[in-house]
Amino acid sequence: MNGLAPRPLTRWIIGIVVGFLFALPLVSTLLFTLKDGDGYSLVHWTSLFDPAKAAVFAPIWVGLGNSLILAVVTVAIVLFLLAPTMLLIALRFPSFRRPFEFLVLLPITIPAIVLVVGLAPIYQQIGRTLGTGAWTLAFAYGITVLPFAYRSIQASIDAIDVRTLSEAARSLGADWFTVVTRVLAPNLRPGLLAASLISVAVVLGEFTIASILNRQVLQTGLVVVNKIDAYASAMFTLMALAFAFLLLLIIGRAGRPSAGKKNS
Amino acid sequence: MTNPRSLPRTADNLLLAAVGDGTRAEFRGVVKDYGTNRVLHGVDLDVAPGEFVSLLGPSGCGKTTALRVLAGLEQATEGSVYLGGRDVSRVPTNKRDIGMVFQSYSLFPHLRVIDNTAFGLRRRGVRPAEAHKRAGDALDLVGLGHLADRYAHQLSGGQQQRVALARALVTEPRVLLLDEPLSALDAKVRVQLRDEIRRIQLRLGITTVFVTHDQEEALAVSDRIAVMSAGRIEQIGTPEDLYLRPATPEVAAFVGLSSLVPGVVSHGVATVWGQALPLQSPLRDGAVEVFLRPENLRFVGPGDPGIGAVVHESTFLGSFRRTVVRTDDGHLVRLQHAASDHVEFGDAVRIAITPSPVAVRPRPTSTQDDAEA
Repeated sequence: MNGLAPRPLTRWIIGIVVGFLFALPLVSTLLFTLKDGDGYSLVHWTSLFDPAKAAVFAPIWVGLGNSLILAVVTVAIVLFLLAPTMLLIALRFPSFRRPFEFLVLLPITIPAIVLVVGLAPIYQQIGRTLGTGAWTLAFAYGITVLPFAYRSIQASIDAIDVRTLSEAARSLGADWFTVVTRVLAPNLRPGLLAASLISVAVVLGEFTIASILNRQVLQTGLVVVNKIDAYASAMFTLMALAFAFLLLLIIGRAGRPSAGKKNS
Repeated sequence: MTNPRSLPRTADNLLLAAVGDGTRAEFRGVVKDYGTNRVLHGVDLDVAPGEFVSLLGPSGCGKTTALRVLAGLEQATEGSVYLGGRDVSRVPTNKRDIGMVFQSYSLFPHLRVIDNTAFGLRRRGVRPAEAHKRAGDALDLVGLGHLADRYAHQLSGGQQQRVALARALVTEPRVLLLDEPLSALDAKVRVQLRDEIRRIQLRLGITTVFVTHDQEEALAVSDRIAVMSAGRIEQIGTPEDLYLRPATPEVAAFVGLSSLVPGVVSHGVATVWGQALPLQSPLRDGAVEVFLRPENLRFVGPGDPGIGAVVHESTFLGSFRRTVVRTDDGHLVRLQHAASDHVEFGDAVRIAITPSPVAVRPRPTSTQDDAEA
């Protein structure tokens, strides 16, 4: 431990204060969904499966379905477009690394509302050529997840000697496809997994772009339902948060073996 | 593609090499440019089947680039490389049938030692059971059969390079390329593995090109050494050749630790510092440069023939000591002497040459001044 680390007591106090600030709205929301007159019950939660209210919740289910499709397509963009591009830069064009990094990190500095101004006319064009299927929104999401996905993948690339490993594999008779699938991908697995999960989390939480482009996704569905049934949107929000926590937990797990495998 | 003979082979392999089992590897006028920077200036090198040739030189001399051109990891700008008499300049690395060991550790971290070793065989379509059996044999060859189930991070540096060697050899490649495989290891392991590489190479009779910046390493294991400097091969020869008859001051400096001093030849005798020395090979009379090997120089008493000098540096090397002195006529000269002769920086000494045949070469008038090696 270095001298800058706070003492255990200080750490506990910071932990409790921050934990309280985070927990307060969550616990309030949870209590709100359990409220039944003056007491508490699970009546609102069971009503989610009540056929009579199905029409009210429909936007959320449609939105969730669309969001899951978008998540899959966005992850595909990350794994099959971003990751190979990054490998190409690491192996063949190392001098492009800085400019590429700058470009890829840009979306984090541009507010979604600004991004969407530029995206609107592009989506008119996409609507004409590729149709207005829910999945087309993944092109925009592919850009918004770039900074997050880039960071996780680059960390994995830096952790191994990509160049020597691929040259060794080539000298042993492997073609480039085999080099990427059999040698590089398995060693980049923690980074690729983290990038995918972060992309899923970002896609499920995105509201601005979908809303302005008039798309139905989970978040827009929540807003619609909130106007009819405040309990429902609170419950879905809690579930979405729980799902995001789960993803983060998996990302944390995925990163750990790679640290353990590090060469001494 | 799959050779019926699997590793490990027997002592018959020396014979196999002699009847042409090995592959000839050739550089023909290889030029390599990086942008406007020329790193190889027309390299010609012919490695006979089964021969162990070292590319020796200081860092930045182009030796690694030459090896990478042979491996197909770099494209030659001009000229071509031949393997087994066939021009392979346009053949990609994975089709050249080579085995290569790299300077940095290159085992695949996600695979066990046995799967690392079997990787090349699997790429050649060998069935998993057969590939594992042959990989196990190759690991036995480098003495690591018992570590087959480990991962790279569970091995020492020396063990990793041994596995890399087994992995490179198991496919029975046409040439074995070694890119400073020992430089990341500590001194003792380095010597062990060096000797082991040579033993295995002789046993398999595989054509081998070995890149190193360590002259001792190259002298110890090579059939021939190509000394490189600034993108050119300065001299190619057996270790003895290079040690006894370096062609240029660069080679003398790098290989034999010989010193070059001016002398004069007349009537078949070279005269240096007033001492008459027999010639290794006859030369016509005239001004010459004389190669003096460190073990042929000694300290003498004040009245003896020889030359005065000042100690420049002195290094203790266990059983002996190596000392560099600056002679009164301004040349740096290396001596190797008993560790008991203790000299220190700045000591005034007198040195002389043991009367034994010396190598000389005509002194070009222009290089009289840069004769120090």
